[in-house]
Amino acid sequence: MLKDLVTPENANVFIGKLGDILEKAIDKPLGYAINWGRIWSLWPVHIETACCSVEFGAASSPRYDVERFGIIEAFGSLRQCDLIVVQGTITRKMAPRLRLVYDQMPEPKYVIAMGACAITGGLYFDSYNVLPGIDGVLPVDVYVPGCPPRPETLIQGCILLQEKIKRMKARKFV
Amino acid sequence: MSTDTKQVTSEEKPAAKPAAKPAANLPAFENSISDKIVEKFGDKIEVEFVKENRVGIKVDKENIHDVAEFIRDGLNYDHVESVSGVDYPQDKEIEVVYHIGSYSDSSLAKQILVLATRAVREENPIPGKDATKLPTLRDIFYSVEFHEREVFEMFGVYFTGHPDNRRLLLPEDWADLPPLRKDFAIKGR
Amino acid sequence: MTAELPPGLAIQKVDERIMTLNVGPQHPGSGHMRIIVQIDGDYIVACDPDPGYVHRGEEKMAEYRNYITNIPHLERPVIHDSCNALYPYVLGVEELLGIEVPERAQYVRVICSELNRCIYTMYWLAIYGIFLGHSTMFMWPAGDRELLIDLMEKISGARVTHAHFVPGGVRNDLPPNFEEVCLRQVNYFEKRIKEYAAVFYDNPILISRTENTGVLSREDAIRLGTTGSVLRASGVDYDLRLKEPYDVYEELDVHTNVMKEGDSYARSKVPWLDMLESCNIIRQALQKMPKSGSVRVKLKPNPKGKGLDSVYKRVESGRGSLGCHIVSDGKVEPYRLKLSVGSFRNLIALPYLLKGEKLGNMPSVYWSLNYWPVEADR
Repeated sequence: MLKDLVTPENANVFIGKLGDILEKAIDKPLGYAINWGRIWSLWPVHIETACCSVEFGAASSPRYDVERFGIIEAFGSLRQCDLIVVQGTITRKMAPRLRLVYDQMPEPKYVIAMGACAITGGLYFDSYNVLPGIDGVLPVDVYVPGCPPRPETLIQGCILLQEKIKRMKARKFV
Repeated sequence: MSTDTKQVTSEEKPAAKPAAKPAANLPAFENSISDKIVEKFGDKIEVEFVKENRVGIKVDKENIHDVAEFIRDGLNYDHVESVSGVDYPQDKEIEVVYHIGSYSDSSLAKQILVLATRAVREENPIPGKDATKLPTLRDIFYSVEFHEREVFEMFGVYFTGHPDNRRLLLPEDWADLPPLRKDFAIKGR
Repeated sequence: MTAELPPGLAIQKVDERIMTLNVGPQHPGSGHMRIIVQIDGDYIVACDPDPGYVHRGEEKMAEYRNYITNIPHLERPVIHDSCNALYPYVLGVEELLGIEVPERAQYVRVICSELNRCIYTMYWLAIYGIFLGHSTMFMWPAGDRELLIDLMEKISGARVTHAHFVPGGVRNDLPPNFEEVCLRQVNYFEKRIKEYAAVFYDNPILISRTENTGVLSREDAIRLGTTGSVLRASGVDYDLRLKEPYDVYEELDVHTNVMKEGDSYARSKVPWLDMLESCNIIRQALQKMPKSGSVRVKLKPNPKGKGLDSVYKRVESGRGSLGCHIVSDGKVEPYRLKLSVGSFRNLIALPYLLKGEKLGNMPSVYWSLNYWPVEADR
């Protein structure tokens, strides 16, 4: 019967359909596995933009030790990273560089806006050289408020991002 | 005012260190510095103030090069701590203030010589091309290099003779007024 | 200046041997700034620092805010050294107003300022460890500085941004039993940082990487107007706590640490010696401090009324002399406020130190300048 259905003309279509069915069937368990891998390897890009980097550094210190959550490993090349933590104020000179860094990162990529300046401009809301938040530059996943946020707040923000990734679709269907 | 504050603290302290001068004749040393400059340049300069550890001198831009040279060679000052511009729109002038200190002469360690000069202020500035110009002090005090670049971009005061009048802190595409002028208003103000 | 190119873009002469490299702003060895280096093989022939990535216009914004509202702003350039960052501003406003600060407040200020100097230097040392690939030297200082951050948190309630100094004194008195806790923590802290010598300063690998790199002679250090530990590492004995004592530093026994070599090793060792000295100062201050008394006087309006007045005050911060030039016209906002910061003054030495060095030595020379880009850009 299968032999009658599949002719040389429609073989491609048939295989494509079969693939779709298979993909839908294993999407849920596979997606879970992919997301599980992603949430334990959130490595940030090494780009500091302002003074919140002090508390970002303190989060890696022995007292807070953020690496026990599998996130914010302090080293790594841009091409191996999937997280960008915007550490504070974005000035007009830094904004194009920030976007350039973001564009060079491989998919999937997530953005954490750390500090009041990265969210709304913060204390520098009326400065001539500061962007009022980074929403116009990058798509932000998690906002971490504070000026500067304590390391605990940053850790909580990262855990929220992990929760978010768990509920995201692992792959995009065309 | 500041002298009064110092007097009270020096009365309270148990034993004065030998290096510290008695409070009563504090401006004497500062006066001797300003006297030396007045003696050399006469009415070309104007002594603005003589305070504790601070001597303020005002010079025309034609004479600032000579005065700075005398300050370095004759008075042993050797570095510039800060160069700040101050905008005075009502006087149509921009003041540039050099704070000059000394490392090599231990008697001058406390002293800061405040050397002020003024440049013409343009209503519609074109930085680098208008009349807002001052002679640079980079050939006398090497340490002004970055400070003068900053004053150029923040106030539009071009320093003639400075080899490197490029932009330093502002973004490369900055096309507005120099931001620290008084007629540059920030958002919502 | 060439008319054709927009300002800020230098003409780079293309040579087949010389290669131009952009280091930063996204680079583990640059921080918040870009260093444009030209290299011939492995050797740097020219270097052009390009700061300004964190230029937030503090000085302009200060002209729109009154003297009290400016306090949280002016500590933001160096949040981990916030007491020292505020110090010259507060001293300047006090001189403009003619206020005399209570003695206990002066001692509290000295203690806070020294604690902050240690907190700053420990962070600097931790990052220096990262720049040299020495992970232990990141973990140890980053963990030990939390001890002192705890102390500052007890005083002011915030981890790093204290906003504790105000014109006329300090915001709050010390908490009860602070003296004992502080003494215990500082003693332990001193014991800990003495152990760094074994792992870092006597480490032959570190010595071979930093010795004789980026040598700044005494004459050049004076000519370039460098300040702080860079200056003292080049053999100039200049510390404002000793040379122009402010508040109660006159009554304390302060020693400076001077080294003659002027290389990266000396520049990295002087701040560490300064921390040991800070522990001494804190102990003396705790002993000599009046046990009770007011810590803040009420501000009165400027008796001089309207009229131009200017003041230039400077203190010794973690990065060297930090000056504040305030021009007042009698209003509640400053007419002009200029911060002359140590980082910006030390930056001028970078092109001189890097010329002729190997590219691999760039991070060690750059960070040994005790440079904090956020402060330099203001």
